[in-house]
Amino acid sequence: MANSAIDVPPRGGFSFDLCRRNEMLTKKGVNPPSFRKTGTTIVGLIFQDGVILGADTRATEGPIVCDKNCEKIHYMAPNIYCCGAGTAADTEAVTDMVSSQLQLHRYHTGRESRVVTALTLLKKHLFNYQGYVQAALVLGGVDCTGPHLHTIYPHGSTDTLPFATMGSGSLAAMAIFESKYKEGLTRDEGIQLVVEAICSGIFNDLGSGSNVDVCVITKGHKEYLRNHLLPNPRTFVSSKGYSFAKKTEVLLTKITPLKEKVEVIEGGDAMEE
Amino acid sequence: MTKQHANWSPYDNNGGSCVAIAGADYCVIAADTRMSTGYSILTRDYSKICKLADKCVMASSGFQADVKALQKLLAARHLIYQHQHNKQMSCPAMAQLLSNTLYYKRFFPYYSFNVVGGLDNEGKGCVYTYDAVGSYERVGYSSQGSGSTLIMPFLDNQLKSPSPLLLPAQDAVTPLSEAEAVDLVKTCFASATERDIYTGDKLEIVVLNKDGICREYMELRKD
Amino acid sequence: MSISEYNGSALVAMVGKNCFAIASDRRLGVQLQTIATDFQRIYKIHDRLLVGLAGLATDAQTLYQRLVFRHKLYQLREERDMKPETFASLVSALLYEKRFGPYFCQPVIAGLSDEDKPFICTMDSIGAKELAKDFVVAGTASESLYGACEAMFKPDMEPEELFETVSQALLASVDRDCLSGWGGHVYIVTPTEIKERILKGRMD
Repeated sequence: MANSAIDVPPRGGFSFDLCRRNEMLTKKGVNPPSFRKTGTTIVGLIFQDGVILGADTRATEGPIVCDKNCEKIHYMAPNIYCCGAGTAADTEAVTDMVSSQLQLHRYHTGRESRVVTALTLLKKHLFNYQGYVQAALVLGGVDCTGPHLHTIYPHGSTDTLPFATMGSGSLAAMAIFESKYKEGLTRDEGIQLVVEAICSGIFNDLGSGSNVDVCVITKGHKEYLRNHLLPNPRTFVSSKGYSFAKKTEVLLTKITPLKEKVEVIEGGDAMEE
Repeated sequence: MTKQHANWSPYDNNGGSCVAIAGADYCVIAADTRMSTGYSILTRDYSKICKLADKCVMASSGFQADVKALQKLLAARHLIYQHQHNKQMSCPAMAQLLSNTLYYKRFFPYYSFNVVGGLDNEGKGCVYTYDAVGSYERVGYSSQGSGSTLIMPFLDNQLKSPSPLLLPAQDAVTPLSEAEAVDLVKTCFASATERDIYTGDKLEIVVLNKDGICREYMELRKD
Repeated sequence: MSISEYNGSALVAMVGKNCFAIASDRRLGVQLQTIATDFQRIYKIHDRLLVGLAGLATDAQTLYQRLVFRHKLYQLREERDMKPETFASLVSALLYEKRFGPYFCQPVIAGLSDEDKPFICTMDSIGAKELAKDFVVAGTASESLYGACEAMFKPDMEPEELFETVSQALLASVDRDCLSGWGGHVYIVTPTEIKERILKGRMD
C-alpha cells in the first residue's frame, strides 16, 4: 500500500486498496455505480469444415445504449476467437489476458495454440474468482485436433457443444438453432444460420441490437466479417433543413489560442560516425 | 398468513416515450408503439395515444394496465359529462379532470406518465404535462416516458419557451409551422430510439388542428 | 443515492474534421449544495491529448495525478508523448486493476494522433473501453447528453461549427440536470491550436 504509487511497473493482479473505503461508503448508503454490460447475443456453431462465431454489437448501461457498434468477438490466437457477454471490462480483460498467455505459450513451444488450452486458462481464471469476474464466453477455434466449440460460464464451468448461445439473447438465438441446426452444414448455410440466430436476438431481446459480426474459422484460415449485416440503420436523418440550433452561443470569457509547434526534422547532415 | 412474496410488485414498467408540441393553431402528439417489459418486447404495435374528446388527446407511458384503466375511467367520465351538458369536454377541462383523477389515487397511484395535447377554447394548441399523482402544468411542449431525458434537452434547445415568471405573461406556444413541428418530433424519436432500448418499432404522430385529427406513422429501429 | 452522483458532472467529446472538442460543466457540488462554480474537470496530458474525469471528484483528482505520473515516466523512457490509443489503454489498465474496489470515476479521453486523426474514447469506472467515431459522453447528465448529441451531431464539422454544436448540446443537457451546470468549459483542438472557451450558462 505504502509504495503503491511508486512501484509503477505493473505487477499484475488486482489491487484491493479502495475496497475498505468503498465498502464503508456502501454501508453509509451511497451505492456504487453500475458497470457497462454487453447485454448481448453471442452464438457459435460447428459446420462441416470449421467453426462460425457470431455476435451483436450493442453495449448497454441499464436502459441506455452506450456503444452502438462494439466488438464482442475477441481475438485469442490466430486460429481461436472468443465471444464475450457480461460485464464489458471483464470480458475484455479476461480474453486479452489469456490471449497474451497463449502468445507466450506459442513462443515457448513453437506450435499452434489448442482450443482446450485457451479453455483451461479461461476457466481456471474464472473459477478462481468464484463468479465475481462476470464473463460468459463462447470459445471457438480449429486446431490440430479439429474444430472445437465451448461455452464458459462466469463461475468457470464449461460445456462442449455443436452449437451454443450465450448472453441475454441466448434463448432467442437458441430457438433458431434448435429448430434449424443440423450436422454437416456448408459454409454459406452456417453463416446464414448464425446471422439468423443473431438477428433473432437483436430483434427480440432489448439487451442486444445494432449489427451482426461473424467470424469463420477453418483449418489454417479465418475470416472476420466485421459488420457482416447492418439491419438497423437510423430511420430518420434530420430533414432537409437540418435542426441546427437557432440561437448563437453566449460566450463569456477567455479564448486561449495555443500555437502548436510544428516539428520539422531536417534531412541534412547524417549523424557522425 | 404471514407468508408473502417479498419481491412482488403491483407495478411494472412497459416503457415507451411520448412527446407533445403546441403551436399557434395546431398540436402535435407523438408516441412510439413499442410495449416492453424487462428485456423483452411484448408487442411492436401498441398505440399509447388515446383520444379523450374531439379536441383532446392523451399519450401515456408507464404501466399499460394502469393506463388502460385510466383511459377507461376518463372515457366514462366524459360520457357522463356529455349526457349532462350535451357537448364535448374542452381540452383544459379534460386536463383538470385528469389531474383530479390521478390525485384521487394519491397513495396507490396510477403508474402512468401522461401528456395531454389539444386545442383550447380559442383554437390555440395546448399541452399539459403530468406526474403520476396529478401535478400538472400547461406548457408549450413536453416529453414523458423512458426516453424523455434524452428528448427533453433537444426540445429545450429548439423550442425554448419564455419563462412562466415573466411579466407580462408570454405565450408558450412554439413559433414553428405544423410541418416543422412534425419533422422535429421525428428527429427526436429517431435520436431517442438510437440510445433508449425501450423506445422503438414505430412512431405514431397525431396532429390536431382546426380541420380535425390526422394520424401519421413512421418506422423506427426495431432492435 | 449513487456515489457517482455525489459531486455531479457532465462531460462530452465530439469529433469533427481533423479536430475534436471536449467540454465539461463547471460545477462542483456536494449532492445538491454547490461548492465551486469554476471547477476544472478536463485536464491536459500533453498538447494534443486531453482527459476529462467525471464522477467522484476526489477519485478524479487522485486518478489524474497517477495518470500524469505514468505519462511523465513514459516520456522519460521513450522521449515522446503518448499516442491517444496508448493512453486509453493505460487508463483502462489502471482502472481495471481496481476491478473490485474501483475509483468512482468515468474518464473521457480525446486526442489527436500524429497523423491529425481525432480519437475519442470513454470508459466505465472499471475500464471497459468504448471507442466511438462520433461522440462520447459521461457524468450525471449523460442521458441528456446522449439525446442532445444524437440529435445535433453531424459528421465532418469544421472547428467553429463543432464548437457551436458541442456548446449547444452541453448547455441544453446541463439545464435538465440538477447536479451539473454553472456554465461550461470547452476545448477545441485542431492540428495547429487549442482553443479554450468558457461558456456562459444558467446559474442555477
